[in-house]
Amino acid sequence: MNILVPVKQAGHLPDDFVLEDGARPAPEALEWRLNEWDERALETALGLVESSGAGEVLVASVGPVQAEAGLRACLAKGATRALRVWDDSLADADALIVAELLAALARREQPDLIVCGVQASDTAAAATPAALAGLLDLPRVAAVGGARREHDDLLVERELEGGAVEVLRIGLPALLSVQSTPGRPRQANLRAIKQARSAPLETLVPGDLDLDEARLREVAGARLVRLSERARVSGAHMLDGPPVEVAAWIAAIIAVESPA
Amino acid sequence: MSGGVLVLGEGEHGRLRAGTNALLEAARSLAEQGAGPVSLAVIDADADAVLAGAAARVAGVRELIAVPSPHGSFEAHVSQAALEGLIEAHRPAIVLAGHTVDSLGFLAAVAARGRHGFASDVTRVSFQAGGLHAWRGDYGERLLAELDFPAKKTVLLALRAGAFATRAPSDGAPAPGGEAFAPRVSRLELALAGRMRSERIELRASAGEPDIDRAEVLLGIGRGIGGAEAVPRLERLASRLGAALVASGAPVEAGWVSRTRKIGQSGRTVAPRVYLALGISGAPQHLAGIAGATTIIAINTDPNARIFDVADHGAVADLFEVAAELERQLG
Repeated sequence: MNILVPVKQAGHLPDDFVLEDGARPAPEALEWRLNEWDERALETALGLVESSGAGEVLVASVGPVQAEAGLRACLAKGATRALRVWDDSLADADALIVAELLAALARREQPDLIVCGVQASDTAAAATPAALAGLLDLPRVAAVGGARREHDDLLVERELEGGAVEVLRIGLPALLSVQSTPGRPRQANLRAIKQARSAPLETLVPGDLDLDEARLREVAGARLVRLSERARVSGAHMLDGPPVEVAAWIAAIIAVESPA
Repeated sequence: MSGGVLVLGEGEHGRLRAGTNALLEAARSLAEQGAGPVSLAVIDADADAVLAGAAARVAGVRELIAVPSPHGSFEAHVSQAALEGLIEAHRPAIVLAGHTVDSLGFLAAVAARGRHGFASDVTRVSFQAGGLHAWRGDYGERLLAELDFPAKKTVLLALRAGAFATRAPSDGAPAPGGEAFAPRVSRLELALAGRMRSERIELRASAGEPDIDRAEVLLGIGRGIGGAEAVPRLERLASRLGAALVASGAPVEAGWVSRTRKIGQSGRTVAPRVYLALGISGAPQHLAGIAGATTIIAINTDPNARIFDVADHGAVADLFEVAAELERQLG
């Protein structure tokens, strides 16, 4: 089974970040980390390939050069190939643009299954997976907590609100967006990390996928007007003091609010 | 009808889900700002019954649209086809849906396929002379992004539960700018049979944990506890406090605690007397689940943690030092 895992290197603001003009911060100003839900997607994909005994996992990222670190981390954990799509016109790309690029890539690669993370830790839009499934007209399950092969189908657990779980059967090809994995995602060993450093990594521009800037602008779901700082409304009464005082004070509040 | 605001209600056990009230409230507010009349559609096997039962909650709604589904439970492709049919038949300018586990399966799909405007996890909307604007968090909720949707005839928005206030339902309240009137009721029959592309094999109800709903004190743990090895210690502290142990999303998704203990948008909602948050940063998905707590106490090493925005009391401290001290004092 060949699986495509789209991954995102999520950009986070450093603690001392100050917003200046309402525009997106430059990539150099951000701290980049592989999206944690995508790590779970990779874990799910690697598990499915291992249990089916054959196939490969292709990881793909739409992102600036900083995304290469995340792709290499995926290679170290067992992904077979990695590729990155980017040009600077994509700096403001939203989920629908990313989905358009990934759809073109999937048409080229023809995977049996696409496994995404349910959302990204920076934008939390949770939109790319469904948009991608829609464009490719694939059966899809969102908020997956586990998947296994049953003959030609997949049995997939979908995590509902309030702790309920729905088990679904879907045929392949299909798309899953992963919320959690039953176990902890694997860690790469040092040798694999070293090998991944020099592994080949394919780089594409949108034109390689027959997508031009005008078309991508047209598919964007929204336009950024401006970014702003959130109004902070801290009403918390803060206690300064050593743990012994903090603990005494917590115990006192609980005694008042919830007399035993 | 074309233009206006179409609310996509979710049915559950033959009734309108509570979350739909907030969508209607947001739609009414857009209507008051000039976005056009509000209609409410429900895609459900019992769509007629769901809408009939909702009559008292739909003041100001121009039209109720039942979209009967051939399937008893939610199915992403059926919902996708139904929403595409609704948009084609009614041409709404704005579609409001909940940012829920169900809508994650189809809303962005409809947007991508139809080249519609789209934004998810939206926390504020407004309609001005320049058109629709929507606000959502970005960069892990550190910043707020204001969006607009130039040249889009239809815009689909997934609204975050809890971010939009709900007024108490008022029977027969006048519609914005008009008299009270009964909404028109219509039915949209779509060829949805055969659209299903996943099959429900089983539905496992939540394992329960009645202690969480009963407990006056909840001890909530977050990513800051560092790993599964810290859980037994904190469980012990919870029992000393007479509290039930719950968690934000991170410890659940990392597999440190059972998912039945997850509090938040995709977990359960609680209203304890005291919520003691240890190592919880305060992601909005979690805060949505603890809004009903009487008193929130937060301990976090990060002075900028969002949890302090909603907490009544807070301390910037190491949670383990405080926990150890608390346990010692409780003897």
